[in-house]
Amino acid sequence: MYAYDEIDRTLVNERVSEFRDQVKRRLSGELTEDEFKILRLQNGVYLQLHAYMFRVAIPYGTLASNQLRALAHVARKYDRGYGHFTTRQNIQFNWIKLAELPDALADLAEVGIHAMQTSGNNMRNVTSDQWAGVAPGEIEDPRIWSELIRQHTTLHPEFSFLPRKFKIAITASDHDRAAIKIHDIGLRLIKNEKGETGFEVLVGGGLGRTPFIGKTIKHFVHGRDILSYIEAILRVYNQYGRRDNIYKARIKILVHELGIEKFSREVEDEWQYIRNSSLQIDDEVIEDIRSRFAYPAYEKLPHMPDELRQAAADPDFEAWRKNSVAPHKVQGYSIVTISLKPIGAPPGDATAEQMDALADLADRYSFGEIRVGHEQNLALPHVAKRDLPALWKALDKLGLATPNVNLITDIIACPGLDYCSLANARSIPIAQELTRRFANHELANLIGRLHINISGCINACGHHHVGHIGILGVEKNGEEVYQITIGGRADEGAALGNLIGPGVKFDEVADVIEDVVEAYLALRERPEELFIDTVKRLGVEPFKERVYATR
Amino acid sequence: MTSPLEQKKIKIAGPSVVTANRTWDGIVVYRTAAKSWSPDLSEAAIVRNSDEAKALLAESVADDVGAIGPYIAPVQIGADGKIEPGNLREQIRRTGLTIGQPAQA
Ligand code: HEM
Ligand code: SF4
Repeated sequence: MYAYDEIDRTLVNERVSEFRDQVKRRLSGELTEDEFKILRLQNGVYLQLHAYMFRVAIPYGTLASNQLRALAHVARKYDRGYGHFTTRQNIQFNWIKLAELPDALADLAEVGIHAMQTSGNNMRNVTSDQWAGVAPGEIEDPRIWSELIRQHTTLHPEFSFLPRKFKIAITASDHDRAAIKIHDIGLRLIKNEKGETGFEVLVGGGLGRTPFIGKTIKHFVHGRDILSYIEAILRVYNQYGRRDNIYKARIKILVHELGIEKFSREVEDEWQYIRNSSLQIDDEVIEDIRSRFAYPAYEKLPHMPDELRQAAADPDFEAWRKNSVAPHKVQGYSIVTISLKPIGAPPGDATAEQMDALADLADRYSFGEIRVGHEQNLALPHVAKRDLPALWKALDKLGLATPNVNLITDIIACPGLDYCSLANARSIPIAQELTRRFANHELANLIGRLHINISGCINACGHHHVGHIGILGVEKNGEEVYQITIGGRADEGAALGNLIGPGVKFDEVADVIEDVVEAYLALRERPEELFIDTVKRLGVEPFKERVYATR
Repeated sequence: MTSPLEQKKIKIAGPSVVTANRTWDGIVVYRTAAKSWSPDLSEAAIVRNSDEAKALLAESVADDVGAIGPYIAPVQIGADGKIEPGNLREQIRRTGLTIGQPAQA
């Protein structure tokens, strides 16, 4: 866990009183909506179809149990008893009243949680690998660097009025769990030949109307130079970014239009001016941040405790363990992913009761720590293997032990037309129907790893472009129509999916997906060939044939 | 931001209402003939041509403290005079989610 210092606490508290005053002036009519909108957006408050929506940041996806309890409290007291975990390590509350928002913010501030930079054209919540600090083989804990960037950019005037929102993600593992290639800036921690820590820097990734996979702009930037390098990128963006056209305002468009070579030359020129300035980071600063990330006092535990050996006889436990439990860097411990994708439920939602109970389980089994990942699931990062059977039983009672992590029912979906004012079509009911179709665990297991991503409009909050199967809702003559792509991926091999054919109606989506999956099962060379690899080998055609032959 | 009133011309295809979200709590409301807001669609003022629509919208926009983001939305009026939303989005705004909620307060 990271311990905030006095500066952070003061900042967060000042922000709450400032917003309280702004809300008061809005409700009295002293501020018009036009004047107030930018202020509320700077505090994570959107307007949805049915109500205001309140987005709270979970920096680099790390939560303490008391913070999760505070989120549960907000869900219960100010909302309708649940919250929605998003793909960018945020949580959203869907029914909050403007008049009560300052109180909700004040309650969250008590545990160091805030909503700064969760909306608006600024530097957003810097995201990271939800397994940061515990994944075996990572270069080092990427959250140290996420925190450095967070401190530098929070309320930084140069980054508060950018041409458009700006998102950074950091990973330190070979396997990218932070989706860095679809961020404005993606950072991959690496070591150079001298063993020094630095970053491969990617730029210009993003989804939405015009999707791009990020390109490497520099193969190695030394850790001490990372702030000046990011700042150089942002200055070039600030200077040339298209403020005149919201559809062309993201950095990905600029990188695309200038070309990565020209863009990187501009950045290089800018960088030379500021590289040796106060932006160069002293080792002490990094050490200070490092020291604020407390790691638990792990015990020396056996690799294979008796409890685990005995539980292995239970097929239900084994089914869950195989998909939810991952290796930990410390022997005798595991990382446990908690599926927020029960069959038939909206992806990513958790009730206040579940959050409270999970906070208790985190205290008992995970040194009081919870993680939030971009797949809209949670994780307990430090579970002793001997505790796995007991934890599983407790999670099962809470409806949090669905054994579907990374399987076809572990769907990423945006709120869509049930909540979102920008939506063209519903996403959640599509996800619900698909989880019912593939509810049978044997079947899901037979299919193996397969990510379905659903967005209710071209903004792509559900990352449909990079789903192994992507589903995009559009509107045609007043009807919901869905375009289906296959072959996308969000990890280190990031790629955009390809359309399989004309859009299909709401009622047909689940049938079409079943056809795609059946085609895959018939076409794969061997059971270990994943869906995504079969698509790569054969292309879209055979899937298209299967789906449209009878339609 | 461009105000909805600056839209070149307001065209409506049939009976319409003005809808928005109430400022203090965000709930869906409709502009009434009594120059106020109601959460009940049956109390909405109906406009039938673009001049009426423009006037109702102008008056709604002016009441910025009452509700935010007013816009014109189509409705259907049944033989019995009952007002129904004219499209899926407005249907969902009126009746709420098409899915169950994880928990009710
Ligand atoms: C419900 C209210 C929401 C609104 C109004 C909203 C709005 C938007 C808009 C307008 C964009 C496109 C920005 C651009 O390309 O310039 C966007 C992108 C995005 N949204 Fe949302 N969003 C909402 C909810 C969510 C949720 C629930 C998630 C996560 C599940 C999410 C995750 C994202 C992500 C990851 C992107 C990135 C795509 C990119 O960077 O190109 N959003 N959102
Ligand atoms: S993708 Fe579209 S519908 Fe879905 S949450 Fe984003 S803006 Fe709303």
